[in-house]
Amino acid sequence: MREKILAKGSVALAMGAVDAGCRCYFGYPITPQNDIPEYLSAALPKAGGTFIQAESELAAINMVLGAAAVGARAMTSSSGPGISLMQEGLSYMAGSELPAVVVNITRSGPGLGGIAPTQGDYKQATRGGGHGDYRLLVLAPSSVQEMYDLAGAAFALAFRYRNPVMILGDAILGQMKEPLLTGATLPLPDPPAWALSGARLRQPRLIKSLYLQEGEMTAHNWKLYNKYEAVKRQEVRVEVDCPPRCTLVLVAYGSCSRIVRTAVERSRRRGFAVGLIRPITLFPFPEAEIQRAAAAAKRLLVVEMNTGQMVDDVRLACAGTGAVYFKGYPGGEVPTPEQIEQEIERIIKAEELRRWRN
Amino acid sequence: MAELTKKKVFGRPSSLKESAFHFCPGCHHGVVHRLVAEAVDHFKLADSTVAVIGVGCGVFLYDYLAVDCCEAPHGRAPAVATGIKRVNPDTFVLTYQGDGDLAAIGISEIIHAANRQENITVIFVNNSLYGMTGGQMAPTTLPGQKTTTTPAGRKPRGDGYPMQMSELIASLPGSVFVARAACHTPAHIRQAGKAVRRAFSAQLEGRGFSMVEFLSACPTNWRLSPEEALRFIEEKMIPVYPLGIFKDELT
Amino acid sequence: MGRVIVDVERCKGCGYCVLACLKKVLYIDLNRRNRSGYPVAAAEAGSSCSGCARCAESCPDVALEVYR
Repeated sequence: MREKILAKGSVALAMGAVDAGCRCYFGYPITPQNDIPEYLSAALPKAGGTFIQAESELAAINMVLGAAAVGARAMTSSSGPGISLMQEGLSYMAGSELPAVVVNITRSGPGLGGIAPTQGDYKQATRGGGHGDYRLLVLAPSSVQEMYDLAGAAFALAFRYRNPVMILGDAILGQMKEPLLTGATLPLPDPPAWALSGARLRQPRLIKSLYLQEGEMTAHNWKLYNKYEAVKRQEVRVEVDCPPRCTLVLVAYGSCSRIVRTAVERSRRRGFAVGLIRPITLFPFPEAEIQRAAAAAKRLLVVEMNTGQMVDDVRLACAGTGAVYFKGYPGGEVPTPEQIEQEIERIIKAEELRRWRN
Repeated sequence: MAELTKKKVFGRPSSLKESAFHFCPGCHHGVVHRLVAEAVDHFKLADSTVAVIGVGCGVFLYDYLAVDCCEAPHGRAPAVATGIKRVNPDTFVLTYQGDGDLAAIGISEIIHAANRQENITVIFVNNSLYGMTGGQMAPTTLPGQKTTTTPAGRKPRGDGYPMQMSELIASLPGSVFVARAACHTPAHIRQAGKAVRRAFSAQLEGRGFSMVEFLSACPTNWRLSPEEALRFIEEKMIPVYPLGIFKDELT
Repeated sequence: MGRVIVDVERCKGCGYCVLACLKKVLYIDLNRRNRSGYPVAAAEAGSSCSGCARCAESCPDVALEVYR
């Protein structure tokens, strides 16, 4: 039954997971994501599910692995330091082709860092921060509504591709409150055919990632590669707002993209032809949309709350077409629309000056 | 051929697959595999068991035991087993772990699984060192015992004292059955089989965490003949790792 | 009267069965190797096996079947 409520981002995400059929959560306390386990510690038992606060993120991700092995929709959430501890487990789950949803409410780092919002875990998330040839699918919400909606989408993707899916939020998204329209609760899906359950009237099944026989691992790597190629072809989600004759397109995701949007709207009112591309999936990355914008506008400005990570992917996507500028705000510093407007003006004016001189 | 009228009194348990073991000659992993398979047969659990397998010489349990199996990262089997059992309590969940897996990297997971009284059964093979990786020191290595990483013999001060896991786990209120057995004589093996069945009962009765530790020969890495390895268990290991039932709340 | 049958390809010649047998029925036949090159266990001809199965219980390769 859909209802409209005022909800905190982390709670919205947890509600979205439960509504999408998640019935087990294994986590560990770490700021700034504690609202998720706190909410689920009451909600899951009420829904007949399982909630465990594990002894560490190492244990938590492995409980997720076990629950996934029996076909459950399992979830965990953490922040930078905890997500780092989970990397081996994530690599095992990718290698064992197990679905799960892992939430990173990003804080500042490296090390203990701080609890302020940043986007400093982009590369860890999108390059699959563990060992071996694998990727995580990564979704980047930028509103409380998307925190809710993408939780459901993450489970659907995880089970479709039998691979862990990461939701990359940050401390702003986790802590802010906005109106939320909840969706219909989905019926509980049956465990998939590959799930372990006890070999009743069938051959025993095996979930593993160890391949020692000649050529087995190579074949498995190419199998996973093809999976990720299919993900790239079919699962890109991106918001493109580039009116014709744009002379500069900004690229930003997550809560940072909201600030950039304000700057873009104000700049347009002052006569600047600027566009905005907001990746919603960070893997698969919207390469085609970025390439088209670069070809048309010739100039991109990537704005991130870090010292430059997604900008590398933007440069790769452009492959030399157009100029890629970067403006970074690491360590918990949150940019203001005015700062970004000045950056827009600086780049466009410099371009006009250059053209006037030639 | 009068003999064929005789009755078979001993043979391979049905849940033990046909494939021969890869273990070294005299390695007791094979005995532990058989005892587990016999208990699975005894309680007719082959169609409800999910075995969670740690990383070590025992990692190929799925090639030998005809049950659903899930591989766990090194040391994390108790956590994986927790996820499985909590989500699907109808499954019979056991972990199969060596001393490196359970007592070193995985000591946090085993303690907390017991502390939460998870209704799982842990099969713990203690051969006093890391077998698969070539004989390095483990937390269970004996004082003075030479391994590839304690060439001059293990010095407790600095290398650590032998970790007595059964006593440690038995001290936790969440554990309901904990026993340590050995495999160096037929009588001890029979005793070990009884302990496995009792540990299985603890889970089947929903009582909570059970564990059986097996002192197990590793002739290759102990640099002993199989026969000498049996004596090593009797004369060297048992004094440090006394056998017996450390907790039994199944009355 | 008992009888022991050795699964030659499972046996690795570790000798545990020989040690376990109270009637000294079994020995490791150094002249007979299985496909893996291990010398395999064998029962003395006309021996007094009681079918107690101590050998099979000690076998780490579950290579022995015992009849009585």
